[in-house]
Amino acid sequence: MNAKKWDKISTLTLYTIAGIIVMILATLLIYILVQGLPHVSWHFLTTPAKAFQSGGGISIQLFNSFYLLILSMLISVPLALGAGIWLSEYAPNNWLTSVIRTAIEILSSLPSIVVGLFGFLVFVVQCHLGFSILSGALALTIFNLPLLTRNIEDALRSVDAAQREAGLALGLSRWETVVHVVIPAALPGILTGIILCAGRVFGEAAALIFTAGQSAPPLDFTNWNPFKITSPLNPMRPAETLAVHIWKINAEGIMPDAEAVSAGSSAVLVLAVLIFNIIARWVGNHIYRKMTAK
Amino acid sequence: MNDKIKAKLLKKSRAARTEQRGKFLSTTCIVLIIAIVIAIFGFIASHGLATFIVNKVNPLTFLFTSNWNPTVMHHGKPEVGALPMIIGSFGVTFLAVFLATPLAIGAAIFMTEISPKIGKKVLQPVIELLVGIPSVVYGFIGLTLIVPFIRHLFGGTGFGILAGTLVLFVMILPTETAMTVDALRAVPRHYREASLALGATRWQTIYKVVLRAATPGILTGVVLGMARAFGEALAVQMVIGNAALLPENLVSPASTLTSVLTMGIGNTVLGSAANNALWSLALLLLLISLLFNLVIRWIGRKGEIK
Amino acid sequence: MEKPQTYINDLTDTDYEIALATEHLKVFYGGKEALHDVSLRFPRYQISALIGPSGSGKSTYLRSLNRMNDTVNGARVTGRIIYRDLNVNDNQVDVFELRKHIGMVFQRPNPFNKSIYDNITFALRRHGQHNKKYLDQVVETTLKQAALWDQVKDDLYQSALALSGGQQQRLCIARAIAMQPDILLMDEPTSALDPISTAQVEETMLALKEKYTIIVVTHNMQQASRVSDYTAFFNQGHAIEYDATKRIFTNPHMQATEAYVSGHFG
Repeated sequence: MNAKKWDKISTLTLYTIAGIIVMILATLLIYILVQGLPHVSWHFLTTPAKAFQSGGGISIQLFNSFYLLILSMLISVPLALGAGIWLSEYAPNNWLTSVIRTAIEILSSLPSIVVGLFGFLVFVVQCHLGFSILSGALALTIFNLPLLTRNIEDALRSVDAAQREAGLALGLSRWETVVHVVIPAALPGILTGIILCAGRVFGEAAALIFTAGQSAPPLDFTNWNPFKITSPLNPMRPAETLAVHIWKINAEGIMPDAEAVSAGSSAVLVLAVLIFNIIARWVGNHIYRKMTAK
Repeated sequence: MNDKIKAKLLKKSRAARTEQRGKFLSTTCIVLIIAIVIAIFGFIASHGLATFIVNKVNPLTFLFTSNWNPTVMHHGKPEVGALPMIIGSFGVTFLAVFLATPLAIGAAIFMTEISPKIGKKVLQPVIELLVGIPSVVYGFIGLTLIVPFIRHLFGGTGFGILAGTLVLFVMILPTETAMTVDALRAVPRHYREASLALGATRWQTIYKVVLRAATPGILTGVVLGMARAFGEALAVQMVIGNAALLPENLVSPASTLTSVLTMGIGNTVLGSAANNALWSLALLLLLISLLFNLVIRWIGRKGEIK
Repeated sequence: MEKPQTYINDLTDTDYEIALATEHLKVFYGGKEALHDVSLRFPRYQISALIGPSGSGKSTYLRSLNRMNDTVNGARVTGRIIYRDLNVNDNQVDVFELRKHIGMVFQRPNPFNKSIYDNITFALRRHGQHNKKYLDQVVETTLKQAALWDQVKDDLYQSALALSGGQQQRLCIARAIAMQPDILLMDEPTSALDPISTAQVEETMLALKEKYTIIVVTHNMQQASRVSDYTAFFNQGHAIEYDATKRIFTNPHMQATEAYVSGHFG
């Protein structure tokens, strides 16, 4: 009888806990969206920020976020792909491989501020890149590489070994087999991994405050020559991203409507993450289905 | 015929050449990543150790005293007692994990054992979304929701360990829940069936069988949550109050390793004693995150043997 | 473990040309000897079957013939594999080129996640053959040889994964012979198939025999007796007996062989 009573009490407790969690999480999401969405308008998204007066937008920060994301992905995806292939296809079964795996795991567990500090030392100071998009993209690459490599390795590993054997038995090299058979078969998994990592990179701030900088000089959106200082494409200009912007205006406290702008920016960030998640799910399911059941 | 085939077999084929190139390419990528890891440790250690080597500060002074005034020289040495930050960092981390773990485990049990349907359809996507929310957003919520709330409740500024704890608690709750769910799902179904078939109630099964079997996975989640909380910079910096003092209570302004780094690195000159002191904090942060990593590996290995 | 008694027919009393032979072939997995000193000679344009209980080493042996074991972490193969008067178990020999001459069909059908047409032509194109006319022709002839042409000729650009298991396996055979190999290794090619598909694959094998030397591992003794000309019996990593299939199934030299083919163990 006692055991049954316990069972009831514990079930009730668990329902309560689940209820509390749902409440906390739901409050959180609703708070962000309710606070933020009223401030999000076309004007907000397309107007540059203003420092000492209210009514500014986030256009430059939003552009910077996307530009940094794309640039860092352009660097990190090929690298992670190469490293993932090595780990899943070429890694011998020995101590060296396990040391390498440990090193990558350690890299993925480093606080992002440490990555940012390293980026500051090496890219900003030593390589004289200054506070720039390029420094930021390289720091984000370091931040992104370990997880992306792991995702890609897992996706490659999930492809049946029989597919590799099929390629090898036809006299193809392992490399060709991986590039032309295994990677296409693993594509949904790889893409899902890339998109989820993109979401993480998009919201990252700590790795950027000392690399891409905390200022957003005005841009001339009609000048797309990457060598001009006001060009949006110039990789050598400092570039505050959306996430850094939220932190910055709250830390500085000189913008009169900082709270409204932060709320709007937060809502935009959360929506972006939501969109990345939805795309990742869609890619995972839809493309996979399309590829297998034609 | 034979000789022609023989000659072909003894020549290096096109495939062999692609193989060589491909292997070289992928090896280069992995070597680069390893080089980055080594470089991070090398650079941060070389700057972080300068406090002790160049500025001749006793490491014990650094770790166990509480006067943090790196720009002030005292008997030719900067005052760099990092104890307030060390206590701040561990304080917010342990308190946040202490709050989050029971809730995460409870929620995970609910999602996997009690109501898998709601768990999968409703909670899972929400938790995945929350795992991905940028930490500055959590910081902003802390600043506009939690800090005023604490100020209202306890007076003072509202900034401090408690605000940091609550922000980190909300931040690691989804991470820990997701990890615990994975750990519980990995427990084979027949464990549960066997226990229920022996007449155990659902709670007995969960408590004595499922949780036991999933312990290494759950612990890994807890330590991962700790590592994330410990390393978080901006969200904590926004609500902790940023006073490099030993915290008197949970609602007085304090600081963490990461918050001091965030505030200070931009305001000091590279190579100065004050700057070196900051790098020493970074080195400490690096070593502690390494420690978390070792603990996770150790738990993982223990779990394997079982 | 001491070496058991064996009887190996070295084919010197026949006038078959030898397509492939092994001399003292041993395979080690992680330092442990899994295959002990196997020396067999396979006749050209004949089907040779490798039979034996699970774990007898027959698949291990087959996979070392085109050096697929090279790809297994921790595997090592010693001894000689003689192909075209050349020891191909040698680092001097280009393993990728070798596999073009010694093709392989696997236990589970493993078509690429590509169209039927691409499954057959993909490796050819990688090897530098881009002549569309030639490729079209290869697709047609190999599919005909694999007895699949009539069923798929209108769906050549459909995904190969939409085919049935038996069709997939015949596509894998077509894919292997598209490389115009000398020798075709088949690793239990019908074990994943239903009886009808099995019969079709067996027919295909008999038809292919005219142009190819086939070495097939099989679990199924009826299959060995139906399709093969020579049979090797493997047990516990040893080749116990090798002789004409008729002899193996009616009047083997070794007692172990007799016990196995009559169903007393394995």
